[in-house]
Amino acid sequence: MDVELSEEQKLLRDNVRRFAEEVVRPRAKEIDESGEFPRAFFNQAGELGLAGVAVPEQYGGAGMDVVSYCLVIEEISRVCASSGVILSVNNSLVCDPLLKFGSEEQKQELLAPLAAGRKLGCFALTEPGAGSDPAALRTTARRDGDHYVLNGSKVFITNGTDADLALVFASVDLGKKHRGITAFVVSADSPGYARGGHEFKLGVNASGTTELVFTDLRVPAQQRLGEEGEGFKIAMATLDGGRIGIAAQAVGIAQGAFEEALAYSQQRQQFGQPLASFQAIQFYLADMATEIDAARLLTWKAAWAKENRKRYTLEASQAKLFASEMAQRVTNHALQIHGGYGYTKEYNVERYFRDARITEIYEGTSEIQKMVISDWVLNQD
Amino acid sequence: MAVAPAVASAERSGIDFSLSPDQELLREQVRRFAEERIRPGTAERDRERRFPHEVVGEMGELGLLGMLVDEQHGGAGADVLTYAIAVEELARVCPATAVTMSVSNSVCCWPIARFGSAALRARVLPELAAGALGAFGLTEPGAGSDPASLRTTARREGDEWVLDGEKTWITNAGLARWYVVVARTDPAAGKRGISAFVVPGDAPGFAVGEPEHKLGLRASRTAPIYFTGCRVPADHLLGSEGEGLRIAMATLDHSRVGIAAQAVGIHQRALELAVGYARDRVQFGVPIARHQAVAFRIAEIATDLAAARALTYRAAVAAGGGEAEGDGEGADDGEGAGAAGAGTRGAGAAARDAGRLAAQAKLYASEAANRACQASLQLHGGNGFHDDYEISRLYRDVRVTTIYEGTSEMQRLVVARHLLRG
Repeated sequence: MDVELSEEQKLLRDNVRRFAEEVVRPRAKEIDESGEFPRAFFNQAGELGLAGVAVPEQYGGAGMDVVSYCLVIEEISRVCASSGVILSVNNSLVCDPLLKFGSEEQKQELLAPLAAGRKLGCFALTEPGAGSDPAALRTTARRDGDHYVLNGSKVFITNGTDADLALVFASVDLGKKHRGITAFVVSADSPGYARGGHEFKLGVNASGTTELVFTDLRVPAQQRLGEEGEGFKIAMATLDGGRIGIAAQAVGIAQGAFEEALAYSQQRQQFGQPLASFQAIQFYLADMATEIDAARLLTWKAAWAKENRKRYTLEASQAKLFASEMAQRVTNHALQIHGGYGYTKEYNVERYFRDARITEIYEGTSEIQKMVISDWVLNQD
Repeated sequence: MAVAPAVASAERSGIDFSLSPDQELLREQVRRFAEERIRPGTAERDRERRFPHEVVGEMGELGLLGMLVDEQHGGAGADVLTYAIAVEELARVCPATAVTMSVSNSVCCWPIARFGSAALRARVLPELAAGALGAFGLTEPGAGSDPASLRTTARREGDEWVLDGEKTWITNAGLARWYVVVARTDPAAGKRGISAFVVPGDAPGFAVGEPEHKLGLRASRTAPIYFTGCRVPADHLLGSEGEGLRIAMATLDHSRVGIAAQAVGIHQRALELAVGYARDRVQFGVPIARHQAVAFRIAEIATDLAAARALTYRAAVAAGGGEAEGDGEGADDGEGAGAAGAGTRGAGAAARDAGRLAAQAKLYASEAANRACQASLQLHGGNGFHDDYEISRLYRDVRVTTIYEGTSEMQRLVVARHLLRG
């Protein structure tokens, strides 16, 4: 057992932190307020290898390990959670399934531009009536010669406003329930592909969340990912990996908020002494630091398991559940330590507090994680 | 900017959550020993408040009482993580037996091995490693979380130290062959006027009081000890005169890993009991595991356990990697760490951090284990309140883990001090 990062991982973390501080932080507040999708950031991140961290070099990626991927998402999210999830979706929910389930031809064609940040991907699974229960999706794909014709709509699609391609899940036979679900790589410039505008949300406001509508959208059959009926399996496997990214995002948000609170508690004077000299504040800080460390370890453990081709469904769900709920508590305490100032836009903690909330919801709510974990624990022998 | 250093893939990940084959083997062996030799009498010994002499004797023969003593002195020379795994497995079956073992290893063998002179080590450690019990005397009636206020004195007379005073809550009192005892040697020097000694259980002027009646851990022995002109040879001083508080704090930094491991073992068992009961117990026509409120509670217990175990194992690895130098709640010197987590830690910082990591592990694991026992008992309904069900004993036993070897409140102070030192 060893929980020290390798020299390479430390170097990566330091480099990403510098990029985050110099490039991402200056715009974080602004894009949170305007909702502008930070396309330039994504392109720059891509040039640095951060859009396809774990994609092998032969497909144009950075060829790094899954723990390194967690470091990237944590460091970016530490300064801007919107930017963190943009990268997480492109890495975990688009590159990863293409790598795992794509044909050699698909990998050669699709991965390099995604990994280099020239193209942005999104993951289109959720529908108005199919959230935690994705098998209930209604989007259809009808075979027509060497094409499929897609009809339906998707909601809450991160990166949706700007994505150049979408990984779309649709049913080739609604009667088959989840066994009819099939995955397609769809180009956003296809006729019949429509996207909604920016949607204002409580947090991660610059992540390009929107609706996608497909109307007689024709997709060439060679852009089907995997076989017909394999889509549900692909979606579930992809979300297992995605949860590691969201856990890392939650750790980053919490770390950012913690650092703000630690600094503020040492500057702010009340009753003639810094807040940090009061035991109540010290105890908050101690609990925050301890929980952040625990969440980071669980995240790394899931990443380590994935990297080493062990089963990691349980570990990913535990990391996601623990880290997201931890981030909620930690950002709440960080805001509390800032008092009234924490409730204003003058300080960053209100943004961290809002941004943390979604980590308990997307890529499987806390309740879905508990279903996964309890199934696992109750049926382990 | 090159963010992707070119390295061979085998070297890429420094992170490794696997245990070594030796550690896996030891876990299996201790688990089997605990199930076969300890479990059968556990409930009865708890009811009768009876110390497991026979079991502890066998543990000595197996080398479990001198795990941290090097092989040269007859010990197992185990790393701290291996030791923590042994504590965890014992606690999973009997937390009282686990603390008997943990105290002997962590707060008696360890400070003697670390701070004793060569002669003292040669005299004492082989006995401890062979199975003689050890104990640790720091707490006094008026000095609990604030050990620097202790009043037991030691004065030098010729070639001897003469101790006077009393210590309370001493685990293994009356059973131990050797006691590490902390006493004031210079009343004018405050925190730096405290020294640590090794006292044999048969020293003249040494006496043991009546065993305490406790909420839990009833099969472990806890009693006060008294020093009345108690004489020990001059070379029984640990470290130098005035270093006693630092030695005590370093010892606690180290031993907290053992208590965290004890909490993890109890937590593990609370989960197993909850899972077993939820699968068997039928209400409303289905096993209660099929009710979502029950299943989700089990998911929470399991997730909290994973977090507690990760923090504990990390602290164990750090405790082995470097020496915690008494940078705890009683001392005010030493080096601090940066802000939380690996995010700001540099190379080698894990060693300097050992004290903070142990405090975090102990804090989190003990609080989590208490939550787990509470939840597991709740899942058992009325049965959980009955002595016939194991969870009722664990619920009592686990309670002390947030108190001894530093309360949760003291752990938070230790952690905060590291954080704020920047």
